[in-house]
Amino acid sequence: MALWPWPQYIQTSEQRYTIFPHTFQFQYHVSSAAQVGCSVLDEAFQRYRDLLFGSVSFHFPQPMGKRHMSEKNSLVILVVTPGCDQFPSLESVENCLETFSQLVWRSPEGTFYINKTEIEDFPRFPHRGLLLDTSRHYLPLASILDTLDVMAYNKFNVFHWHLVDDSSFPYESFTFPNLTKKGSYNPATHIYTAQDVKEVIEYARLRGIRVLAEFDTPGHTLSWGPGVPGLLTPCYSGSHPSGTFGPVNPALNNTYEFMSTFFLEISSVFPDFYLHLGGDEVDFTCWKSNPDIQAFMKKKGFGEDFKKLESFYIQTLLDIVSAYGKGYVVWQEVFDNKVKVQPDTVIQVWREEMPVRYTKEMELVTSAGFRALLSAPWYLNHITYGPDWKNIYMVEPLAFEGSPEQKALVIGGEACMWGEYVDSTNLVPRLWPRAGAVAERLWSNKMLTNLDFAYKRLAHFRCELLRYAGHGQVGG
Amino acid sequence: MEHRGLGWPRLPRLLELLAALAVQAVRASAIAAASPDLSLWPMPLSVQTTPRVLHLSPDNFFFGHSSTSKAGPSCSLLQEAFRRYYDYIFGFYKWHHGSADLRVGVELQQLQVSVVLDPECDTFPKISSDESYTLLVKGPVASLTANRVWGVLRGLETFSQLIYQDFYGTFTVNESNIVDSPRFPHRGILIDTSRHFLSIKSIFKTLDAMAFNKFNVLHWHIVDDPSFPYQSITFPGLSEKGSYSSSHVYTPNDVRMVIEYARLRGIRIVPEFDSPGHTQSWGAGQKDLLTPCYNGKDPSGAFGPINPIWNTTYSFLSKFFKEISTVFPDEFIHLGGDEVDFDCWASNPEIQDFMRDKGFGRNFKKLESFYMQVVLDMISAINKSSIVWQEVFDDASKLTPGTVIQVWKVEDYTREQSKVTEAGFPVILSAPWYLDWISYGQDWKKYYAVDPLSFEGSQEQKKLVIGGEACLWGEYVDATNLTPRLWPRASAVGERLWSHKDVRGLEDAYRRLTIHRCRMLRRGIAAEPVFTGYCDHEDRM
Repeated sequence: MALWPWPQYIQTSEQRYTIFPHTFQFQYHVSSAAQVGCSVLDEAFQRYRDLLFGSVSFHFPQPMGKRHMSEKNSLVILVVTPGCDQFPSLESVENCLETFSQLVWRSPEGTFYINKTEIEDFPRFPHRGLLLDTSRHYLPLASILDTLDVMAYNKFNVFHWHLVDDSSFPYESFTFPNLTKKGSYNPATHIYTAQDVKEVIEYARLRGIRVLAEFDTPGHTLSWGPGVPGLLTPCYSGSHPSGTFGPVNPALNNTYEFMSTFFLEISSVFPDFYLHLGGDEVDFTCWKSNPDIQAFMKKKGFGEDFKKLESFYIQTLLDIVSAYGKGYVVWQEVFDNKVKVQPDTVIQVWREEMPVRYTKEMELVTSAGFRALLSAPWYLNHITYGPDWKNIYMVEPLAFEGSPEQKALVIGGEACMWGEYVDSTNLVPRLWPRAGAVAERLWSNKMLTNLDFAYKRLAHFRCELLRYAGHGQVGG
Repeated sequence: MEHRGLGWPRLPRLLELLAALAVQAVRASAIAAASPDLSLWPMPLSVQTTPRVLHLSPDNFFFGHSSTSKAGPSCSLLQEAFRRYYDYIFGFYKWHHGSADLRVGVELQQLQVSVVLDPECDTFPKISSDESYTLLVKGPVASLTANRVWGVLRGLETFSQLIYQDFYGTFTVNESNIVDSPRFPHRGILIDTSRHFLSIKSIFKTLDAMAFNKFNVLHWHIVDDPSFPYQSITFPGLSEKGSYSSSHVYTPNDVRMVIEYARLRGIRIVPEFDSPGHTQSWGAGQKDLLTPCYNGKDPSGAFGPINPIWNTTYSFLSKFFKEISTVFPDEFIHLGGDEVDFDCWASNPEIQDFMRDKGFGRNFKKLESFYMQVVLDMISAINKSSIVWQEVFDDASKLTPGTVIQVWKVEDYTREQSKVTEAGFPVILSAPWYLDWISYGQDWKKYYAVDPLSFEGSQEQKKLVIGGEACLWGEYVDATNLTPRLWPRASAVGERLWSHKDVRGLEDAYRRLTIHRCRMLRRGIAAEPVFTGYCDHEDRM
């Protein structure tokens, strides 16, 4: 059985039922809070019919003589909590249709069967994410949508969209159109229009996937510069500007006016409660070299401690974003550099060894009372020879020193596919099925650590993914 | 515009030109600032360009045969190439019909091809084939001259790389004079269709990409332990029982198509039927071929390498290789001979007896050599030559002179090159070029930096290095990831094997490789990125 991820509780038997594609249907239970018209589920029913049976036309079952006892002709869905037209949130109901479709199998003659099975399933962690980087390389819309499909098959539920970075700014802002005009690789072809973004959000919603948008500042912002003159810090060589630029300039009021307006737009475009505000890898050299910043440091009494300047910027930014009613996720530097953040901030742990081993970092973050997301051991862009899915799979997110209360603060993790060496030519085989290992680790029971059992299912699941017209890289 | 990944500040045009010149090699002349989009890969032996430009119109331009050429329209290899290269040059823009009035400037109307010697049009390429050419690009008729059709194919590729579109979309080429020939005659890619089956389509794609990079040998490691996809006419049971499934098979027709597809691109197909090890899948369809392993006095049920002591083994192999020699036209057959595990042989009492009778003692390398020598003689007897992995040399088999040794073990490979060439055997280098060993980052640089002749040896010895092969073993590779894993990393090997030894500058290579990668993308090869950046025509794929 290609069950992936493995359910929390499953009981199968040898008894099997036939399924006839022409008469099989998904149905709503009469007492279900969701009924026909709930587009998320209506669409899902259609999708899974296609995935299971190909485009087979449906005929209502004729009242025949004796119906065959071993035929199953419907899966009845009962949804307890209404929420059909909302966006998925941390407490969303997971889609069991994928599990159902993984249980259906075909005999050599081609008949569809399903074994008598009882499953009770729920995810171990509520935040199970995948990061894509569309700045180092532009990813066509189709690539993003295909990724969302495969995420759904793996029960991932958060798409962390690292939209912009140093290399390019493909996000088309309507308040500041010059950002893409000047900052994208090619404003005619390598951009995401407002329509594109809407499409991604809705496509994700129909699959129970949240879109967590990241606009990383104050570092990783070179591409913002051309479209917003004066935003970035001019670096100095001695007493003259060197011609190069550094992080966002934290010493100017204009900066915060810009961020205010920009994030108002972002808050309205992306419906999720959380925004990712980045905050990683801020290089202080440029700030140090700039005389205006030096003056600002003195005025503020920060001395030589640029972490204080970074904190100042981030705190101001976080306040701006909070005022728009959004929560935020930040990279671990924000925590490491002791920036004052709201208690409901989520800290994403990404650094493997520095400043401490990531398990230690998880301990520190949770003992300070913040929720944590684990990414450090799951940088899928770091490829190596051989079946590295095993190392990915064996990571135990809660393997650190801490109380049960602390461990409860780990809300999940994210597999990251940074884009320096990745675009649509190699994204799919590099992502899958390796990201599947992360998916199971975040969904399934922590006792599930048998690599042989995992290998059997993963290899089979990989072939299923191929059949779903994705392309999974081999597991070996 | 291709790549802006490095974030360098832009140099003014003149400085850029001087920088480009400074970076260029001593013998290979610099490409004067023809265009920052210009990228030749691999870098030809000698390139001279001028700033004078010519324009081409898709409606007017054509490839033709010169009146003195020894080849003409009856040479279908060239006709097919003309069609292909017209498409590569103008392909996506074919539908810009209507004659745009050419701006001021000279038009390039024709590339006239001239084959000087007997073209070899309807023959198969060989290790000794002449791939040299000269390309004189001037208006209105440019000329491509070569001794044989193989040089024409290489020249057409270079010609297609010279053409770019200016700001207005006009097809432009600079007046140039190129003289080119490869540094090494054997420039190969190894694919493994046993660990994972590769569809014919993906093999064709690979051959296309090889032509864009001037590779000329496809080393087809067609069978191995896991599966036997080669459908043999003499022994149909081999694939019937040994392939993954009946749809994971290469029929005789499939094989013919691959050979011809390759031939039209000047690429040799060198098949490898690896033995005596790596043969588990042979045992499924051929009873009494593999050695039964023993647990004490009883057979354990497992099987090992091919059994080297039975006469039936050799009569089978004789018939089998006779078929191979007729199916595959290349002069060379690769016999493998690597990684023979001696444990099973050692456990087998019949073999123990044989070893004693032969006076081999406990030295199973002698048994391996005994086997390899018989097979090598078999190949000679049917008028073919052999290539083998280095173990066959290392384990002291008596080798026919002219047997080519493929050096693949990474540890101390330069010393191996010295030893093999000192003993007088030709060498194919693969050790530093195992592309299946992926790692994070720009590993193309380390493939590019390899110097195939950096071993201790005389000039004569160095001449024995006939080239190299980039190997893409199939444990973790199938059609879902073959192309991005091979390209453009293999391109680095391609230039190392074609271009002059002084073409080593990494900065210029980076610039040209990123453009070359975008070009491959345009031509339908899903080559992965070199680094951060973009191509103009990404979603053409």
